[in-house]
Amino acid sequence: MKTLELKHITKLYKSGGVEFLALKDVSFDVEKGEFLAIMGPSGSGKSTLMYTLGGLDTPTSGTYLLDGKDVSKMDEHELAVIRRERIGYVFQSFNLLSRSTVLRNVMLPLVYEGVKKEERERRAREALRAVSMDEKLFTHMSNQLSGGQMQRVAIARALINDPALILADEPTGNLDSKTGEVVMATFQRLHSEGRTIVLITHEREVAEYAERIIHVRDGQIVKEERDHKRHIHPDLYATQ
Amino acid sequence: MQLSDLLEETYLALVGNKVRSSLTVLGIVIGIASVIAMVAIGQGSQASIQASIQSIGSNLIAITPGAQRGVGQQVSAGRGSSQTLTAADASAIQAQVSSVSAVAPDLTKRYQVTAPGTNTNTQVIGTTPAYLNVRNIAVDQGSFFTDQDVTSMAKVVVIGPTARDDLFGQGSDAIGKTLRINNISFLVIGITQSKGGTGFANPDDAVYVPLTTAQHFLAGVTYVSTISVSAVDQQSMSTVQQAITTLLLQRHNISNPQSADFSILNQNDIVSTASSVTGTFTALLASVAAISLVVGGIGIMNMMLTTVTERTREIGLRKAIGAERNDISNQFLMEAVALTFSGGILGIILGWIVTLLVEKFASIHSQITLSSVLMAFGVSAAIGVVFGYYPARRASGLNPIEALRYE
Repeated sequence: MKTLELKHITKLYKSGGVEFLALKDVSFDVEKGEFLAIMGPSGSGKSTLMYTLGGLDTPTSGTYLLDGKDVSKMDEHELAVIRRERIGYVFQSFNLLSRSTVLRNVMLPLVYEGVKKEERERRAREALRAVSMDEKLFTHMSNQLSGGQMQRVAIARALINDPALILADEPTGNLDSKTGEVVMATFQRLHSEGRTIVLITHEREVAEYAERIIHVRDGQIVKEERDHKRHIHPDLYATQ
Repeated sequence: MQLSDLLEETYLALVGNKVRSSLTVLGIVIGIASVIAMVAIGQGSQASIQASIQSIGSNLIAITPGAQRGVGQQVSAGRGSSQTLTAADASAIQAQVSSVSAVAPDLTKRYQVTAPGTNTNTQVIGTTPAYLNVRNIAVDQGSFFTDQDVTSMAKVVVIGPTARDDLFGQGSDAIGKTLRINNISFLVIGITQSKGGTGFANPDDAVYVPLTTAQHFLAGVTYVSTISVSAVDQQSMSTVQQAITTLLLQRHNISNPQSADFSILNQNDIVSTASSVTGTFTALLASVAAISLVVGGIGIMNMMLTTVTERTREIGLRKAIGAERNDISNQFLMEAVALTFSGGILGIILGWIVTLLVEKFASIHSQITLSSVLMAFGVSAAIGVVFGYYPARRASGLNPIEALRYE
């Protein structure tokens, strides 16, 4: 079963009379439970692709189906619903609310969904345990955490609405290599539990954690890899 | 998004920026407090001015002589010079005009009044016992003279507390003593209660003698200087005034009301004139205070715009995880309203304290009314909406992609 289907997606930006084609006829599918990395240098169009996948932007032409629903023609309100219910975002700079507790940060998407308080807290604790956060940190302010802890809180926030797709934009970009590995191990474990993950990165090493790598350059897919040598985090051997 | 979540978000955001929030609130506090205090002082002065006018008499209509004018002559001797107003006119008003509760004619002149060893110059009011009712005067010690005294031209006198102090010494018992006016001896039979008046026609600095006594022994005239009429209630004052005018014109054989030899002063007119003066005064004070409220509102807008800019990335994140335009604009609008609302509450408290202080130290009477409190409350909430709307719109209209990239 396909979670994502992209058919002939193009994206044209116009600013001040200058036109710029950020995506040129991009087509690919992502199966349910797949771990895909989209790789490319800056300016390759991978960010535009991510915003399109995440329902923050709509393509100029082409169709994009998420779980069979056409997202490419949706209006602002419908896109907000999709982001709220079907997508989990993880950002390079974490984007946590610094003066709020860990629990509150994780619960935030459910606040907009109108979920009751007790239910929110229960699900937030569950999501935090899923990313191996220490219970003692749940009530800490998020700006008291280390970078690795912050990113795991952000992953828990992405998990809380049980999304069809987790989108991670350079999740290790602001972390040192050691904590970066821990974060990637978390993604791998979520993948092993059946989550669909799309990872955007410019680093080969990070991309190698995924099952499949799509190379993007100048708004086009230039190469696809499946049989690369995968990084498997040692922790994962232990759990398997 | 539920209301409780919205309130919680608002609380966290405002508490997270304590110094900035409280400085912004201060602007609103000062604005609301000054509106409350100014309106309270204005309305208080209005009430006290009205009360002091009311204390002159209850529903008082005063008839004073007009200009003396001979038949066919063009020379006017000036207002108050006419000698045509008499005690008989007063009796006629009492007998023929309805809705009149009391009528008191008086002949008032200043004389040198002497007591053994002292003397003073004070107003001598020759009148009838009805004067007590009409002018709201009460007797403190002894008694007022009677109608019998008026008929018999008794040489008795009732003195005001200030005149008593001047002539017989502070707080002394003057009843039974004698004083001399124009070298005629009068027996003191009563002392009136202090009305606390001041100035030119101070009812405390006066002596009261029977009207006939004043006319025959002191002034040697037959006319009166004022007829004071008390109407039964406020509503009937203008009809009473009208009836008196008609009656006196007829009694004085004057066909043209323009050349009346008397003029009538209605207490209602004085009250309404004074009210309009104090009303203007209150409006002036309130509008000066309102300007500071507007300045406070601009402070709110300024802070909200700064906040929106500072939290651009947060707005981007909230949109990325599914917040809609309304969620974002409600959040910022709520923050602005919460600021002005708390500013309103604090402002009402501060305004109330200021009012109390002004009352205590400047002894200006003031009055906080429910309507001014409700108005201040409503205005502060409205300022939050008005000045919070634009920043909230700006926040909700942000493009999430650009907001997330904002450095």
